Amino acid sequence: MRTRLKGLKPSTVLTTIAFLVVTALVLLPIAIIVLTAFKPAAEVNAYPPSLLPDVWTLENLKTVTSELPFARLVGNSFVFAGGVTVFALVFDSLAAYALARLDFTGRRFLLIVIIATLMIPFQATLIPLYQLVADLGWVNTYTGLIAPRAADAFGIFFLRQFFLALPRDIDQAARIDGAGEFRIFRSIVLPNAVPALLTLGLFTFVNNWNDLLWPLVFTTDAEMGTITSGLTQLTGPSGIVPHGVMMAGSLIAILPLVIAFLFIQRRFIENIATTGLK
Amino acid sequence: MRRTAKAAAFLAPALIILGAFTIWPMLSALRLSFTDASGFGEPEFIGLENYIGVFTDPDILNAVTNTALYTVLFTPVAVASALGLALLLNNPRLPFKGFFRTALFVPFVVSFSVAAFAWSYLVDPQVGLLNYWLRGMGIQIGNVLEDPHLAMPMVVLVAVWKLFGFYFVIFLAGLQDIPTSVYEAARMDGAGAWSRFRHVTLPMLSNTMAFVLIFAMIAALQAFDQIYVMTGGGPYGSTQTLVMEIYESGFRKLDIGFASALSYVLLAATLLLSLAQFVFFGRKEKDLA
Repeated sequence: MRTRLKGLKPSTVLTTIAFLVVTALVLLPIAIIVLTAFKPAAEVNAYPPSLLPDVWTLENLKTVTSELPFARLVGNSFVFAGGVTVFALVFDSLAAYALARLDFTGRRFLLIVIIATLMIPFQATLIPLYQLVADLGWVNTYTGLIAPRAADAFGIFFLRQFFLALPRDIDQAARIDGAGEFRIFRSIVLPNAVPALLTLGLFTFVNNWNDLLWPLVFTTDAEMGTITSGLTQLTGPSGIVPHGVMMAGSLIAILPLVIAFLFIQRRFIENIATTGLK
Repeated sequence: MRRTAKAAAFLAPALIILGAFTIWPMLSALRLSFTDASGFGEPEFIGLENYIGVFTDPDILNAVTNTALYTVLFTPVAVASALGLALLLNNPRLPFKGFFRTALFVPFVVSFSVAAFAWSYLVDPQVGLLNYWLRGMGIQIGNVLEDPHLAMPMVVLVAVWKLFGFYFVIFLAGLQDIPTSVYEAARMDGAGAWSRFRHVTLPMLSNTMAFVLIFAMIAALQAFDQIYVMTGGGPYGSTQTLVMEIYESGFRKLDIGFASALSYVLLAATLLLSLAQFVFFGRKEKDLA
């Protein structure tokens, strides 16, 4: 480490220090969630406040898990966010392939329509959408939660941008060799798009895991809610929940995502590095 | 013709989903915006009344101003900090790169509601750690969320904290696509750091930049979650945004027609701004070719 640091220019040392400061500030709210979750109530409300607990306790975690069916809610979050991610990756990449790589009448128009759907606030479609899902008998079902999000404009647009940037000579060659479009898509374009698919997959999973309004409105049965929607049940108008309990619930809500992210992040960086070498 | 059939096969699943669950409800909302729909009974057609209401209501004017302020604060701060950090991280000699990259992205996986809980606690006037530390440095921020001048910057700060990591990673990927040979050529031509940034990095990032700017802007125009949790639109309506108004008129007051009209006004504003950016960046791309 010492020899590595010795060769550094002063500007690089300054940049490193700046990054350390920025990173510490950025991680502060996460640290406060984790540390407050294990603080006894007296310390949470003590003045002057401190970052680290003097006494570590599981009291907050116990309180929050007795208030809500946490295992069930976390399971629902996995089914909902995971289901949406799998379907959306398949359907979005198929559509993006057509928009980026195939010549057909109305392509420009379709692209504009898809981008336009991105811009309407979700709240605006919520009421007619709820009526539709109710008419289909899908309220309080996983199908009802997942189906409306099985494809999304953001993913299509994101993958289209990525597919556009991939060199075209290989698929032209494959086309001359008589390969069908689906084969080109599956064996040439998709393998080269792994970093983009991972990024989009992570993005979709995170967005749905963290989504509040959708599961809140579509699941009237508390057993069908997600961890994010369940957590807000604690804050409702009924009263003020202690900060410690709130942070314990928040910790449970963010832990699976942070772990999943740290796991994917590795492969994500590796993939960027390997595709960059080509 | 065969080409169109092939394309249709690729597009069908996504288009069916988008058509049924986004476009159809969107059109339904358009129809509702001309009615007095309230969730009870058959909605009656009332023409442009909701739209006239939207443009004459002082609360809506306040929400429009606040949304514009939020967008003007959020977009440049989030995009510039993401780009700046991505440029700095692109330094090949920087140690702990992987750690910084990972750490700065972590807030993106935290939900807006959890972020709002954590930040509210941090700036709590009595027991907030950040409030206490700032006081130690001689900076009095008082009760930020109750201060009509500070509440807006505060909810914007939470959004920047939560979202900049995503833009940062996109910029990093974009920067990695720029071949080093281009920089070497520029350096040989005697271009300094600023000139390389201005004439190599920025033009070659224009696709990425367009993408990030449009998404940052849409995120800003649709600001809702953390405001809902942290201030509920207050104090004195100083953080009341358009989507907060849509939510309140649609779900609290059950004035679904009015909420739908409001959504369409927001949609029109978003489309116009995005179109302007597309035209701007589209022209730049042509200049490069």
